[in-house]
Parts: sequence; C-alpha cells; structure tokens
Amino acid sequence: MNFLPVILWSDALVFLLLAVIVAVAVHVRERPHLRLPWQRVARSSVAMVSMLVLSCFLVIGLLDTLHYRVALPQTDAGEKVYSPEVLSVFDKLVEPLRAHTEKTYSAPFALHLYAKESLEDAQSHVVRDYPRLRYGGAHLADVSQRTADVAKRAAAGTFAGALVGLLLAWSLRRHLKQRAVQVTLVALAALCGALVNLATVYHVLGTDKVGQDVLYLSLKSIRTGLVIGTLTTLVTLPLALFLGVAAGYFRGWVDDVIQYVYTVLSSIPSVLLIAAAVLIMQVTIDTHPEWFETSAARADLRLVALCLILGLTSWTGLCRLLRGETLKLREMEYIQAAQAFGVSSMRILSRHIMPNVMHIILIALVMDFSALVLAEAVLSYVGVGVDPSMISFGTMINAARLEMGREPVVWWALASAFVFMLVLVLAANLFADAVRDAFDPRMNRTEGAA
Amino acid sequence: MIAYLVRRILYAIPILIGVNLLTFALFFVVNTPDDMARMQLGIKRVTPEAIDRWKQQRGYDKPLFLNTGTGSAGTFTDTIFWQKSASMFVFDFGYSDDGRSISREIATRMGPSLAIALPTFLIGLVVYVSFALLMTLFRATALDLAGVALCVLLMSISGLFYIIGGQFLVSKLWHLVPISGYAGGADSLKFVVLPILIGVVGGIGSSSRWYRTIFLDEIGKDYVRTARAKGLSELRVLFTHVLKNALIPILTGVVVVIPLLFMGSLLTESFFGIPGLGSYTIDAINAQDFSVVRAMVFLGSVLYIAGLILTDVSYTVVDPRVRLR
Repeated sequence: MNFLPVILWSDALVFLLLAVIVAVAVHVRERPHLRLPWQRVARSSVAMVSMLVLSCFLVIGLLDTLHYRVALPQTDAGEKVYSPEVLSVFDKLVEPLRAHTEKTYSAPFALHLYAKESLEDAQSHVVRDYPRLRYGGAHLADVSQRTADVAKRAAAGTFAGALVGLLLAWSLRRHLKQRAVQVTLVALAALCGALVNLATVYHVLGTDKVGQDVLYLSLKSIRTGLVIGTLTTLVTLPLALFLGVAAGYFRGWVDDVIQYVYTVLSSIPSVLLIAAAVLIMQVTIDTHPEWFETSAARADLRLVALCLILGLTSWTGLCRLLRGETLKLREMEYIQAAQAFGVSSMRILSRHIMPNVMHIILIALVMDFSALVLAEAVLSYVGVGVDPSMISFGTMINAARLEMGREPVVWWALASAFVFMLVLVLAANLFADAVRDAFDPRMNRTEGAA
Repeated sequence: MIAYLVRRILYAIPILIGVNLLTFALFFVVNTPDDMARMQLGIKRVTPEAIDRWKQQRGYDKPLFLNTGTGSAGTFTDTIFWQKSASMFVFDFGYSDDGRSISREIATRMGPSLAIALPTFLIGLVVYVSFALLMTLFRATALDLAGVALCVLLMSISGLFYIIGGQFLVSKLWHLVPISGYAGGADSLKFVVLPILIGVVGGIGSSSRWYRTIFLDEIGKDYVRTARAKGLSELRVLFTHVLKNALIPILTGVVVVIPLLFMGSLLTESFFGIPGLGSYTIDAINAQDFSVVRAMVFLGSVLYIAGLILTDVSYTVVDPRVRLR
C-alpha cells in the first residue's frame, strides 16, 4: 500500500453524522406518518432544485473528507515514510487544478501573469513584460487563438455534459418528476462538463496571490463550510434537546438551573463569547504543538473546536423553544393519561414528548445551517475563525479583501468566494423554507383533512 | 412598576455573576497566566524570568482565588479573581496591554460607535417595516412573491460582500465619499453615510421578511376582519390596526438591541476605520489583548440585560393591557 488513510477528527464526526442521517432516513422510510412531510418537501420544485444543488456541494464535501497521505519513495530503516501533506480523494480527482500553480495573480482565462517581470527575448535583451503562464493556456502556440479555443472547449464540454445530464434525467425520470428539477440537472451537468473541459488547461477563475487556482480554492472551501454548518448541530442538538425537554417537563429546580445556565450564556453577545472561547482555544493549541502529527491535523482540530464552540454558544435559542413546547405538551391529555397509567418519566419523555418536538428541531437545524456558513466568513475575518492554513470562504475573502485596492483590480478571488457562498447559502435557505413549510403544523393544508 | 424594575435588576445580579465566573474560568482557569505569557512572548525561547516579569507587569502573578500569604483582608482581595474579575461590577476594567485605561477608552469610543449604529438602527427600522407593510399590502400577488424572493436573495449574501462591494462601488469607482476614516463634528457626515447605507441595505433581507411574517400573522385575526367589515380601506387597516397590534412582536426583537448599539458593529467599524468600540474589540482580538476582550464581554452582557428590562417596559407603553408588578 503506498498510501496511508488518515481519519481526521472532523472526518470521523462527519461519518458519524452521516451514519445518524442514514439511520434516521431508514427509520422515517418505514413509517408513513413520518414520511408524509418529506413527501410534501419532495413535491415542491423549489425544494428539489435546491436539494439538487446542495447535493452537488455535498458530494464534493464528502469526497474531500476521505483523507490519506502518500508514501514517500525513501524509507526510514525499512519503515515506510509518509508525506506530511494530507490529501483527499477530491484532491486526487482535481489533480491538475491543485498542481497547476502559477507564480502569482492571473485573471480568469488569462495567458499572462498579472505582474510584469524581467524577461529575456530572442536576442537576449532584457525586457519588462508580462510572462506567459506556466499552465494557463500553455498549449496555445499563439495568443490570438485563445478566444476560439475557449469557445470550442466550452461548447464541447457543455455538449458532452448536457448529454450526460439528459441521460441522467431520463434514467431518473420516475424520481425527479418536476420539469424544473430535470432542467436544473441538465444545466448543472452541462456546467460541470464545460468546467472540466476548460479547467484542465485554463485557470477558469484565475489564480490568487501565491498562484493557486481560485476554482480549486473555492471547491475546497465547500467542505469547510459544510463541516461548520453540520457538525455544530452535533453539539447543539443533544444539549438543546435534553436540557430543553428536561426543563419543560420536570419544572421546579431543574427548570431554574437550566434557565439560569442559558440566560447567562445568551446574555453574552455571541460574537464576543465565540471570540473569547476561540482565543483561549488558540492558546491551548499553540502551547501544545506536540499533539499534532501534521499541520492538517492541527488545522482540523481547530475546525472541530470551532464547531464545538459555535455549538456551545448557540444551543440556547433552540433550548428555549423546546422548553416552551414541552411546557405546552405536558398538559396535553395523552401525556396526563400516560402519567395516570404510571408510565415512567423517561418513557414519557422518549415516547411521547421527544417525537412531538422533532419538527421544531428539524426546522431550527436547517435554518441554522446557512447562518453558520455565513458566520464562518465573518469569524475568519475577525480572526477567530478557522486556521489560516485551512482553505475556507472566510480565509479566501480575508486574503482577497485588500486586493480591491490594487490597480488593475484583482476581483476574481473575492467574487468567486462570494458567488460560491451565495449559491450554497441560497440553496440552503430555499430548502430550509420548504422544510419549514412542510413540517410546521400551523400551516393550513387541505390534504390533512382528507 | 418600580417594584418590578427593582426585582428585575436584582435578578440580573446572579446572571452577571454567572457571566463573570464564566469569563474568569475561560480566561484564567482553562489556560493559566503562564500559558498566556508564553503565547504573548512567543512560544519558543522564552525564559521563566520573562514570564514572571510579564505576569508581574499585568498583576497576573497572584493566586487565582485565595491568597493565604497575606493578612486576613488580603486573602480574598489580593487575588486575580478579585482584582481582575470582580472589580468589573463597579465598571473598573483595568488597563489594556498598551497601558491605557479601558474605561476611558470605552467612554471616548462610544460616540463614534453610536454615530454609526443609531442612524443605521432607526433608518433600518423604518425601511424594513415599510417594505414589509408593502409586501403585506400586495400579499399573495406576484409583487409579494418577488419581494420575498428578493429578501431571500439578499439574506443569502454575506455581510462582508455588502461592505466590500459598497466600498468599492461608492468610494473607489464613484469617488463619492472617502473609503474609510472618521472625523468629529459636522465633518463626520461624509464618513458615516456609507457605513449607515450599507448597514441598512445589509439587513433588508432577513428583517423585512421577519416583519412580513409578523404582519401576516396579524392580518388573519378577527379584529382585522371587523375593521374591514366596517368599511375601512385596506391601507387604513394596515397602518392603524395591523401595525399597532404587530408592535408587540416587533418590540420583542427590536428593543433588546438598543443598549447594544453602544457596542457598535465589529465589521463595519473595522472596515471603515471608525474609532468605535467595535473596532476596539476587533483590534483587541487580533492583538490577543485579553483584558479588553473580558471587559467587552462583561459590558456586552450588562447592556443585553438592560435591553431585556427595557423590552418589558416598552410593552407597557404600546399595550395598555400589560401591567408590570
């Protein structure tokens, strides 16, 4: 084996979350009353279109979660030595994007570098000019062929992608009935086709200050955003669920203590609390360099710690909601009947109360996701976000924000980060709205009466 | 009402003690002052003497809770907890790492923060409520749908984009106002216009949508049907009946943030170089100046609790049924 699988902390947690989601899905599938709201979601074409876009992000994020380290050619006393660089399956798939680094900035589809350099011409005179890029459009002999070549490659890629998309849409026609979803699928496939065909030879979104391909950075940022948006719920959910339900059901001193804890936590402005906790976490990580084998492991632990901190500071809102709902539920006849029959508190909580607050939890979680993705960028700007070496929308924006002052303006890194973020958050918001509409019992529905 | 206020303020004390203990635990127990010193002085090649000197300069060389070495009174008072944490209850925040009094900094920086935050808040409130009322007026039409779609789009855009995009467009391309900076008095106008504008635009999406849901909740109620049955025009129903009755849910979210306006906005202030409390906090975070961050956390929670009390009081103003006892 010439590679060593690496499971970072966040990878393990993502897999855990995935396992939980699959288990819940299987559980829901078997029960018609739980399936009903999801069928409502599936009937909304906005929800399905955004789901499709989200699943593209998800696939990229999951591929980027399978990490490994390559074995180096030399051995250390018979033992294999592995490269300190942690790669992912996604890195392998987009190898050309990762490997094609230029010297510094270059505009999208550029053939020349952003900055002038001293070059030697044929007569070995030194002239100041923009050098050709090492990889971007290197296959072109003549600069003037670029437009034709880009158009040709884009057209071919779009055509091939659309063909694959049509094939997919046709084979999935029983599951994806809405026309809008089918159109989106074909459009996405066409876009992917064009991108694949262009990105291998051009820097479609340009390169950043150290010459890394911006498309690669944007795609890598997806995982960070997804991890922050989802892993945080692993912390929020149990805390809010158990404390909220316990406070509402037991009342008395349990309620007082839990209320006190969440009032204290929520009375600190969240950015400040997060900043304080992250600063402290940073000190701990920086004073213990011996904990980490690779720099990726350190950055990853910081990411997990950030999720933990975000979770610890953001469970209070959901907890308050759940407490209120439980207070209402515990006065319902069916709970009182259960109490009269002598059913134990634990059983009442797990069989009668928790299933009836699940819709609140689900709505809160999907609504929080987009807020967390946006928060990551802000926190990274403030300096309390992910590790600076970790590729994320926040670090991209942070690195690029001063470039707007350059002449000519270096806009592509910033624009790419914002556009990718916008698409992700917009899709998440639209999907969250559909989920809320489908699960909220206050919504008027005709089908319920039938 | 006075009795109620007194009770609420007394109830705030245990909360503030909790906040105080929590920040103390975060800053001094999770990491010892030694860790902080090593962090500040550089991880490698730091002598124990340098660490001791650093701690002594900042008064971190005392025991955490109990000082058994000194006399009876000093047992509790000559400790880090007493001098650094408990002292915040009398708003004595101590000194920042560059030796300035934090209390004085806060006092001078509140003005610029307010100059941005207060107009943003007021203009924003008017704009969001008007936009939401407009959507409610045209509810269930294409116009309403377009409004909601616009809101969802606007709230999906990162707040950083509004700031960077606005600065680029208005200041760099159109040269209408300076990119950043601040001046006192009447000169400040040209510096605060853009931050205020961006602050208002950035909030349109989520706030208008939220107010629209509130208005739609109200509009299904019986009193609205009665008002329509009396023959009142739809505009009249909206502005006099619905708006007034929707004030309670609106106030719940709005009044709470009024005291927090003093703290300013972290992002806006640091991007526009406004010497307010927001940029003070950001600078402290970047310089890892823990005493400033601690002071800000405490100040923030005091203001938040003040906001909660203010919210309760505001209910009595808009709703005569509410009596605080």
